[in-house]
Amino acid sequence: MFSDYTANELTSIFVMQGFSGLILFSVFLLMALGLAIIFGQMGIINMAHGEFMILGAYVTYLTSELFSSYFPTLFSGYFFIAIALAFVVCGMLGAFIEWIMIRHLYNRPLDTLLATWGLSLIMQQAFRSIFGAREVGVTLPDWLMGSYPLNDMIDLPINGFFVMGLTIVITFGVYVLTQKTRFGKQTRAVVQNREMAGAVGINTEKVDRLTYALGCGIAGIAGAAFTMIGSTGPTSGQQYIVDTFLVVVFGGVSSLLGTIAAAFSISQVQSVMEFFLTGSTAKVLTLLAVVLILMVRPQGLFALKVRR
Amino acid sequence: MKIFNYNFKRRLLHKQILSALVIAPSMLMSSHLALADNLPTTDVNKTNLAVTDDTVKVGILHSLTGTMSISETGSVEAEKLAIEQINAQGGVLGRQIEYIQEDGASDWPTFAEKSKKLLIEDKVATVFGGWTSASRKAMLPIFEQYNGLLYYPTFYEGLEQSANVFYTGQEATQQIISGIDWVSKDKGAKKFFLLGSDYIWPRTSNKIARKHIEKLGGKVVGEEYYPLGHTQFNSVINKIKLKKPDVIYAIVVGGSNVSFYKQLKAAGIDMTKEKPLVLTISVTEDEILGIGGENMEGAYAAMKYFQSLPNENNKAFVSAFKKKWGEDSVIGDVTQAAYLGPWLWKAAVEKAGSFDVDKVRAASPGLELDTAPEGYVRIHENHHLWSKTRIARAGDDGQYQLIYETEELIEPNPFPKGYQ
Repeated sequence: MFSDYTANELTSIFVMQGFSGLILFSVFLLMALGLAIIFGQMGIINMAHGEFMILGAYVTYLTSELFSSYFPTLFSGYFFIAIALAFVVCGMLGAFIEWIMIRHLYNRPLDTLLATWGLSLIMQQAFRSIFGAREVGVTLPDWLMGSYPLNDMIDLPINGFFVMGLTIVITFGVYVLTQKTRFGKQTRAVVQNREMAGAVGINTEKVDRLTYALGCGIAGIAGAAFTMIGSTGPTSGQQYIVDTFLVVVFGGVSSLLGTIAAAFSISQVQSVMEFFLTGSTAKVLTLLAVVLILMVRPQGLFALKVRR
Repeated sequence: MKIFNYNFKRRLLHKQILSALVIAPSMLMSSHLALADNLPTTDVNKTNLAVTDDTVKVGILHSLTGTMSISETGSVEAEKLAIEQINAQGGVLGRQIEYIQEDGASDWPTFAEKSKKLLIEDKVATVFGGWTSASRKAMLPIFEQYNGLLYYPTFYEGLEQSANVFYTGQEATQQIISGIDWVSKDKGAKKFFLLGSDYIWPRTSNKIARKHIEKLGGKVVGEEYYPLGHTQFNSVINKIKLKKPDVIYAIVVGGSNVSFYKQLKAAGIDMTKEKPLVLTISVTEDEILGIGGENMEGAYAAMKYFQSLPNENNKAFVSAFKKKWGEDSVIGDVTQAAYLGPWLWKAAVEKAGSFDVDKVRAASPGLELDTAPEGYVRIHENHHLWSKTRIARAGDDGQYQLIYETEELIEPNPFPKGYQ
């Protein structure tokens, strides 16, 4: 298959394909981080995760419309503001949902599954009623469009750099937050032993609410980033939810390292196979591999060793 | 288990008794009341359809939700506009059309289930519906079993001819073959990369495309499929760069279009430079709304209708559509074909003098419509339409500019010899 091409062409293709693999890795990781926090730390199965991502995308759409109507000169910078707004809006909605619904369901995982599924349907219909059933086009600033020509054969998509940079920043932020701050310590304490954490004076309800809000906020950031690569419509969240859960469960819940490792392995396997085989076959084989590995090791790649 | 079966059978029996009790007196009543009318209901409706002296019921069955809603919303709007215009002119056989709208939800078994409901429970005189070939294949057995009538608006792969369906969109030989002829002759294209979503229409279309390309002496350097709803196309774009085709023949469907064209642009492929040239048969003005005009600029499309067509019928149609559905509305090929459905049905019913499906079917072949926004169409005996094929190029504003139009109407040929 490679005999017709020069070494130069092959290297450039491999570079571009490697880059695509890294982009896919960043996409998976960004999607999964929000869910890893919610599912991993709190044991809440948030079926509405995709819809929170799309909420972030719609906030980006509204911001882009706002800027193009009222502040056209600042249009090139709107994307950063959109990301910040997406975080805030989704975080606030997450806190509200936690207060009104989730906190009653902490010991009932199957009920949270149903309740968040219902929430996702409500959110989808809300999007449909407010924005219409059709997808909306988000106009990107010029500096984000197009590609960066490394040399005359290699073209690297600029939005890929942006997504990767954003993922690194967010992952680092989550790591610092959970490991180095007081809030992170409180979260870990509540996850490990709720009663004792309450007994030593940690406000468990507030911690839960902030953790859920944080997870939703990160989902919003992911959704804002994805306006560059995917569609924004009421049901677009469903495109991402399966892969997201796959990454989180495969990595082992309550492990940030596990999420990173899972996102990396799944994305690389899928990307390599897509190149050599066809798209559908690659997806099938990737999922098959994940199923087999989970059968052998159901706790995922990196499992927390806790005494139960 | 046993109890469930028993209750179900009893409920069905109840339903049948109830419907018989309802229909019998209304039939008696209608034959009394209809004497004043020229076209008594008993004459125009001998098959127990939902027809009264003043109204006739029809069904609209499209995806209002799900990944296909981006494409199907336009069809619903067009059908409703046509029905409103027909009603304003006095209706069909003096009766106002009332539509019953159902949601197929981008799920093919739901289409089958809703067709059954429309035909059996609502007894509609005809259904305007479907979009993907998968939805049509799911509905076909229902329409054939219960002798219903379906007006199906989408351009599709052909290889089908049902007595119960009228295909108001182009079939493959009209759309694909003319398009490939044009790009080979006018642009000298020799190497093609075929890409599509993974279901029957793209696969069958690419099979036809491949045979025709090889017949013209060209070469297919790659053929790839991705599931509906897939969002990561970077790998296949890299493969395309490796193979360096002259033409990317793209049959990506629904929401995946947004991802594909955005990522194509981000990968440095500028369609305005035509290296490679992108020729699509699946992106209408409706899809460009979601993709963004700037991401689609420079792509070519092969369809029979574009919103920018300069004839008088189309100008009136576009302004009526925008008046009803908003100034920002866009109208794609399938939307126009959906608009033709109610008009063709009305003409056939009036020629037959009856709503009965067998009579409407018999009256249709040879029926002409010269008020169509695409110009002129004629129903063929194989239930498809004679129409012209056009090639246009996308600008950056979400509209297509006409480049080429076939001189003659192209005869529909759903079973082309040598292409199966």
